[in-house]
Amino acid sequence: MKCRVCRQAAIIDVPRHNANFCGPHFLDMCRRQVIKAIDDYDMMTKDDRILVAVSGGKDSLAVWDMLIDLGYQADGLYVGLGIGEYSDISGEYAKAFADERGLTLITVSLRDDYGYDVPTATVASRRVPCSACGMSKRHIFDKAAIDGGYTVLVTGHNLDDEAAVLYGNTLRWELEYLARQLPVLPARNGFPKKVKPLVRLSEREMAAWCVVRGIDYLVEECPIAAGNKHLGFKEALNKIEADSPGTKTAFYLNFVEKVAPLLASYALGDDVTLQPCTRCGSPTTAEVCAFCNLVEKSAAHEPVPVELITGRGRRR
Amino acid sequence: MKVLLRNPRRELEIDGPRRVHALLAHLELNRESHLVIRNGTLVASDELLAADDTVEIRPVISGGAW
Repeated sequence: MKCRVCRQAAIIDVPRHNANFCGPHFLDMCRRQVIKAIDDYDMMTKDDRILVAVSGGKDSLAVWDMLIDLGYQADGLYVGLGIGEYSDISGEYAKAFADERGLTLITVSLRDDYGYDVPTATVASRRVPCSACGMSKRHIFDKAAIDGGYTVLVTGHNLDDEAAVLYGNTLRWELEYLARQLPVLPARNGFPKKVKPLVRLSEREMAAWCVVRGIDYLVEECPIAAGNKHLGFKEALNKIEADSPGTKTAFYLNFVEKVAPLLASYALGDDVTLQPCTRCGSPTTAEVCAFCNLVEKSAAHEPVPVELITGRGRRR
Repeated sequence: MKVLLRNPRRELEIDGPRRVHALLAHLELNRESHLVIRNGTLVASDELLAADDTVEIRPVISGGAW
């Protein structure tokens, strides 16, 4: 296979573009896709103060690397979730990435700063594990961005993540969730602006970015997430994609362009009155926000080892 | 050839030479969900892998909620 641009030996085939690329021209293609996403959806400018939510995995390290590479001012935020050895190792990858490049990495630990971890929150709150984890991360990301004076919060959601969520919400016709599944959520009611610059790039392309750029990341899957519904949706879409390259791209990007505008009136929360949580000050519809309720239940609970959570069942 | 797989981490010995796409098909792995790496470098799907090569097949799918 030859690179589509320079005709040198290709290192990767990208069937959805019907193209093959050498290393440098593959990186150029990724940069172009990120720049197009940033421009098309008015994500950010070089004057913004950007906070990147970093997990130590390929997507978050790749998006941080790309933004720095493109000349943006971006700090990182890592949240230690207390998922046993998995969290310890993911934190080491995030820290090593930042240290090697002289970047600022803010670190928050659920156990040290809030008195609980994800396995304990799962049991204490009787939530599914990914729900307790997601709620904790969203709250801490939002709070860190607002408190730190950042104007944009970046997450490493890629095309596969967005297509899988869209698939799940479409199967159930969750109109309220569909209406808010956009590459940009504007700042509102005390929440920061949130953007997803990787929505035009696939999960495979992000892993390849890291390999070509020499970025070490945590390859192993979260032991709690293994077997969840989200992964099942990705697998289903990849089976379709293998037979019909470009399907994921068309499914998600055409939704954003053609369908999401029709659903705008269904967006959750636009007509809801929010007030500051009496404990943490974050915007909420109740007196005490859901995160503070989770902290209260979880911190009072005896610590739960991660081994008790893994393999609890497939539907998460 | 020696093939390193992840999640869970394990090693297989597979007859070679084989092309990358043939190796993935043999292992019933979707190319959309995997990268093949030889000596730290990505290899495209029509690349011929030698019998004495050592390759990593790296899954690229990660999940969980945000």
